[in-house]
Amino acid sequence: MKALRNYLDKIKPNFEEGGKLSMFRSVFEGIETFLFVPGSTSKSGVHIHDSVDSKRVMTIVVISLIPALLFGMYNTGYQHNLAIDAHPGFWMTFIYGFLAVLPKIIVSYAVGLGIEFTVAQIKKEEIQEGFLVSGMLIPMIVPIDTPLWMIAVATAFAVIFAKEVFGGTGYNVFNVALVTRAFLFFAYPADMSGDQVFVRTDSVFGLGGGTVVDGFSGATPLGQIAIAGKELIGSFHNVDVLGHTIGTWDLFVGLIPGSIAETSVIAILLGAAILLFTGVASWKTMMSVFVGGIFMAGVFNLIGSTVVMTVTPLDHLFLGGFAFGAVFMATDPVTSARTETGKYIYGLLIGALAIIIRALNPGYPEGMMLAILLMNVFAPLIDYYVVESNISRRLKRAVK
Amino acid sequence: MAQVIKIKKGLDINLKGKASDVLLTGGKSDSYAIVPDCYDGIKPKVAVKAGDKVKAGSVLMYDKSHPEIKFVSPVSGEVTAVNRGEKRKVLSVVVKPDAEMAYEEFGKKEVSSLSRQEIKEAILNAGLWPFIKQRPYDIVASPADTPRDIFISTFYSAPLAANFNFIIKGQEPDFMTGLNALVKLTEGKVYMGIKNGLSIKLGSVETVGVEGPHPAGNVGVLINHTKPVNKGEVVWTVRPDDVILIGRLFNKGIADFSRLVAITGSETTERGYIKTIAGCTIKSLVGGKLLSSGEGRVRIISGNVLTGRKVEEDDYLGAYDNQVTAIPEGSDVHEFLGWAMPGLDKFSASRTFLSWLIGKKKEYTIDARTKGGKRAMIMSNDYDRVFPMDILPEYLLKAIISFDIDKMENLGIYEVAPEDFALCEFVDASKIEIQKIVRNGLDLLYREMN
Repeated sequence: MKALRNYLDKIKPNFEEGGKLSMFRSVFEGIETFLFVPGSTSKSGVHIHDSVDSKRVMTIVVISLIPALLFGMYNTGYQHNLAIDAHPGFWMTFIYGFLAVLPKIIVSYAVGLGIEFTVAQIKKEEIQEGFLVSGMLIPMIVPIDTPLWMIAVATAFAVIFAKEVFGGTGYNVFNVALVTRAFLFFAYPADMSGDQVFVRTDSVFGLGGGTVVDGFSGATPLGQIAIAGKELIGSFHNVDVLGHTIGTWDLFVGLIPGSIAETSVIAILLGAAILLFTGVASWKTMMSVFVGGIFMAGVFNLIGSTVVMTVTPLDHLFLGGFAFGAVFMATDPVTSARTETGKYIYGLLIGALAIIIRALNPGYPEGMMLAILLMNVFAPLIDYYVVESNISRRLKRAVK
Repeated sequence: MAQVIKIKKGLDINLKGKASDVLLTGGKSDSYAIVPDCYDGIKPKVAVKAGDKVKAGSVLMYDKSHPEIKFVSPVSGEVTAVNRGEKRKVLSVVVKPDAEMAYEEFGKKEVSSLSRQEIKEAILNAGLWPFIKQRPYDIVASPADTPRDIFISTFYSAPLAANFNFIIKGQEPDFMTGLNALVKLTEGKVYMGIKNGLSIKLGSVETVGVEGPHPAGNVGVLINHTKPVNKGEVVWTVRPDDVILIGRLFNKGIADFSRLVAITGSETTERGYIKTIAGCTIKSLVGGKLLSSGEGRVRIISGNVLTGRKVEEDDYLGAYDNQVTAIPEGSDVHEFLGWAMPGLDKFSASRTFLSWLIGKKKEYTIDARTKGGKRAMIMSNDYDRVFPMDILPEYLLKAIISFDIDKMENLGIYEVAPEDFALCEFVDASKIEIQKIVRNGLDLLYREMN
């Protein structure tokens, strides 16, 4: 390590202002602080600092995403095998999924980090690590058959217009990964929904070729619910890609079609446990989203005039991106409500809105993405009222 | 004890290097100095020049805007230098001590027979007034005010802080006299925070038990939980060590600045208390008591690790400080992939490092590195968890940064001092210099309002 440190110290002057490689200063600094904890000491104020920094926080979030990501890779292969009736064993199934997902991760990071480095260089700032999380989230929440160029375009749009124009990490109004998803959805609707995009039927790098079996349908459980007619109330049940009935337990385990990493509630809960235990995500936000969803689903159960209204609250939480959004998206500290009371309101409204969108809109089966984006807008307003109530309480104290 | 405050929010940082309750040798300083930078809200005007002979209690400088606030020499001797920096800013007024101490005579006085005005004048003339601070603004109190209440916290809860029970030993009569003098200065009450469990009976003083993690002992927390400061009100705060000095003035008739200073921190070899006089050199306190003497390896702090001032051996003890702390500087440490390591030996208020497994008993050595780059505010609950007041720290900070006076007033700027935000600064993953922001905000607001 010493040799590496010495080497960095030796080449450092080249990257400083006036050095011949100064145009890559942000890249060098990014790599240097990635390799070594900065040795700079406090100049004013406290003389000692907590060991935690934003790199550590982002690392914890990325670690918490890994169970869902690995499961998503396996599930990609699993669904593919069902579709072509192949039985290549656990590892080959995983490797197929791994190869199918990996290019998306690489594209997302390459485009996003490229923009981040450029902006850091222009603004003469330190590289910020917010995109470590966004760049991981983006490939996890898209359908497996999303073309790479679309991911590249959407990522570039989101990083520039949802983040950098607002001032970078910590200043963005909208969750960057969700803006990417929304951009994809509204710019390329035909490629982002329907029955064809959630299960990969083609081979990947020559691996896993085969013909699709008869009776295959790549519709997600939510998609099936959305198109089910009123005559099916009471008799509706979800099916897997081959038409077999699936129940709540299958939704919980997650071997079903859906966006890459959103399907397994088990894997998501593992991530949630890491986030809550380390204190990186707020349990108040997370819990409120689930409570809001359960409440709203219960209300619709009472009305019960369409199939989606009769879906039980528990199934709603396990379906689609609800759990993933509640755990990893709603809890983004920058775009969520920042006051403690505000987090309850923010979470409740996300949960309730997601179910309302699912139940009442005819076009789009999933409501989580739009619910969170909408509440991103309202988060500052919620905080405003919480702060105002603190102010008025303090003023009353003075009058007494 | 009428009232007990239980604090839940906060953080005890268990550092290595606590001072044991013993007296150490040392404290003989070859020069003493008044450093204007220690006093917030003061414009210094020097009253002596190099070569002047002074006694302990002779005026060295005073405040331009309140000429009655005097700063006196802590020892008798000869003024050797008036050090000035850029724009002739006064850095320090240095006195070389005589072998025999000679005191200005102020006359013994019976506090109970004095009027409020007489007590004020006595404290002002003996140069003890700067020890009385006021809120709002956390500056040296204005003698023209009569405060609503006066607050004292005898519970030093900061990391490695001195133990007031040890400091007060043998000083009880002076402490009582000091309290009685302060009682006369306010229309309201003198509130005294005491670490819960100790019982001290004090006639006219309202004692309040306090328990919980730091900053439970901060006087700001005591104020917020007993009688918060509202707009237009002024309260005063005095550190208990300085109450002893005020009492001594009335009991002995002299300005005797001798006090106990705790020597603490992982980089010291001997830890305990040294009897010295305010304004002594840092060298006289820690000279020969530091571990590694390599240049730049040790950071010496006048005060505690959260609110103290970085000093060198040739600098002087801070006016309000009863503690010197030595920790590793750490600028030569280069941790490989620190953000990814399990971190069993790293202290964190969060659970993002595995050190939480070890429990709270372990004593940590923490160096002065910031351990991360400066970022925008990202995490949202960190400040609240270490800020035990009915104030929203993040929003108050944002109001200060944007200098929105209405918002600052409404969110509680008048109640706080930079030290109340020290733990927020410690736990902040974005490494923002919060105390500096608060100090600048208070100074700007003071200029705007006066």
